[in-house]
Amino acid sequence: MNGAETMEFFIDHSRCIGCKACVQACEECDTHRGVSLIHLETIMRPDSVQTAPQVCMHCEDPICAQVCPADAIKKTPDGVVQSSLKPRCIGCSNCVLACPFGVPKYKAEINQMMKCDMCYDRTSVGKRPMCATVCPSGALTFTTRENIERTRQGMAIRDWQFGGETVRTKVNVLVPRNVQKITVTIEQIEATSTNEYDVANLLLGD
Amino acid sequence: MKSAERPNSVLKVSMANRRDLVHATLWGLGVATALLVAIFVGSNSLKHYDAALVPYTGACVFSAFGIGYRFAMWLRRPPTRKYWFRGWGIFFRPSKLARNVVRLAQVFFSDFFAQRFIEKRSPARWAAHWLIAWGCILAAAVTFPLSFGWVHFENAPGNQEIYRAFVFGQHVSTFHLGTITAALTFNILDISAVMVLMGVALALFRRARDRGAISVQQFAQDMMPLLMLFAISITGLFLTASTYLLHGLNYGFLSMLHAVTVIFTLLYLPFGKFFHVFQRPAQIGVQFYKEEGARTEQAVCLRCGAPFASRMHIEDLKDVENSLGIHYQLPGGGHYQDVCPVCRRKSLAVAQDEKWREQGTRAAASQPAGGIWPNHQ
Repeated sequence: MNGAETMEFFIDHSRCIGCKACVQACEECDTHRGVSLIHLETIMRPDSVQTAPQVCMHCEDPICAQVCPADAIKKTPDGVVQSSLKPRCIGCSNCVLACPFGVPKYKAEINQMMKCDMCYDRTSVGKRPMCATVCPSGALTFTTRENIERTRQGMAIRDWQFGGETVRTKVNVLVPRNVQKITVTIEQIEATSTNEYDVANLLLGD
Repeated sequence: MKSAERPNSVLKVSMANRRDLVHATLWGLGVATALLVAIFVGSNSLKHYDAALVPYTGACVFSAFGIGYRFAMWLRRPPTRKYWFRGWGIFFRPSKLARNVVRLAQVFFSDFFAQRFIEKRSPARWAAHWLIAWGCILAAAVTFPLSFGWVHFENAPGNQEIYRAFVFGQHVSTFHLGTITAALTFNILDISAVMVLMGVALALFRRARDRGAISVQQFAQDMMPLLMLFAISITGLFLTASTYLLHGLNYGFLSMLHAVTVIFTLLYLPFGKFFHVFQRPAQIGVQFYKEEGARTEQAVCLRCGAPFASRMHIEDLKDVENSLGIHYQLPGGGHYQDVCPVCRRKSLAVAQDEKWREQGTRAAASQPAGGIWPNHQ
């Protein structure tokens, strides 16, 4: 078996140190040169991490593609959801608003949606994505499942629940070993409402 | 899903698919029939129709069927149908129609004629696309009406040097063979072929060097259309070369070769990348939709309270999601579609963090000295 075939992407938000190396490196990707498509959010929580990176999770049945009126979002045979096809994208932003992970970006100047494509120019030839290459804390990692389970306390899962919608992704998130799925609930969303101590609020306009 | 429900739902899906199929087939047949009628009527009951062009016409009729079929199928998709009718509804609103027509002219110029949005992606890409698009439009504007018998030329009575042009049987202009008008009219396909070849060369150059493009391009989707355009243009120029430079050498074979390339492309038109020519104008409707949304009520995020999209867009999206079977209703009340993308990303990190907290709390309860955070190695 080719080693590249078993490489997977893993996110551990709690490891992020907010260095923005991933944001800079993302711009170097050849498929979207000069445009950083990774998100780095700042979150104020006592005793918790304050930054969180978000790459495309590459859903098995991508909602962004389902809601696209132009049928412009395609998945490669190896499961990578690509940026919108340039000839087709009509810039409606449906994908931006419907993605459960808040990943696609609408670029008004070119009237097109762009999103993380897991550095397809690199991963399609067995190289690591730019963000995972430069991440110093291991919040973003591109390695084998065996390796991640050997070196981390938690386990990698790829099932999410958003209300009544179950989403399975290609990208994994690291959680404690007894967890099978991450569920996003209204209580949790409201409990983390922004307040004056929210770093995200302080950085608005940054 | 309960196993007892499955046969019914499968049946419903297959019935829906069959309805879509019949609907699209009828549209395809309708468009093809409309073209046949237009050819018959426009050529004065085939009086000006050149029977030698029957293969071209056959390919055009098939292509019309394919385009009608695929377009109708495309409009059966819930998001497409929603925004298509929404866009036109907004455009034709009587109180705004005059302003919308003016705006349509502006959008038509910038997006269709100048294609400025492509220029902002990359000047080389824009140059290639503009040359190919306008080369093809010029060629289509000449060849389709000519081969359908909608346009024909006659010599002026008693003077072989003077040409008269007829559109739908009506005389529209007269020109002398020695004029610029005549030179442009008779060589416009050569001009468009050169434009297309320049565009194809630029596109191939970019596709051969751009590492990003190389990694995602597919032969059938991206290279094949360029090769088809190259084949049509070069074989068309061969005909001119044969006429003017080689005293008609192999003209019969070359015209057959050219016909094959054109017919093959016409048959491919509804299925491959060229179909974007018919899809892309939907962008104009979206422009009106977005402008209407910006003028009306905004949706505010459930978490941060900031406006993030038009209320109309969010409600339409919820409708589309319902049609697609996407269930974002949250158990504790509220709808995940009312959470802005930024807050969604934050919520994910919070949700992941919560799992570690729960784990830590349990660990702390059973082992007071234990920390709540994973021991990252």
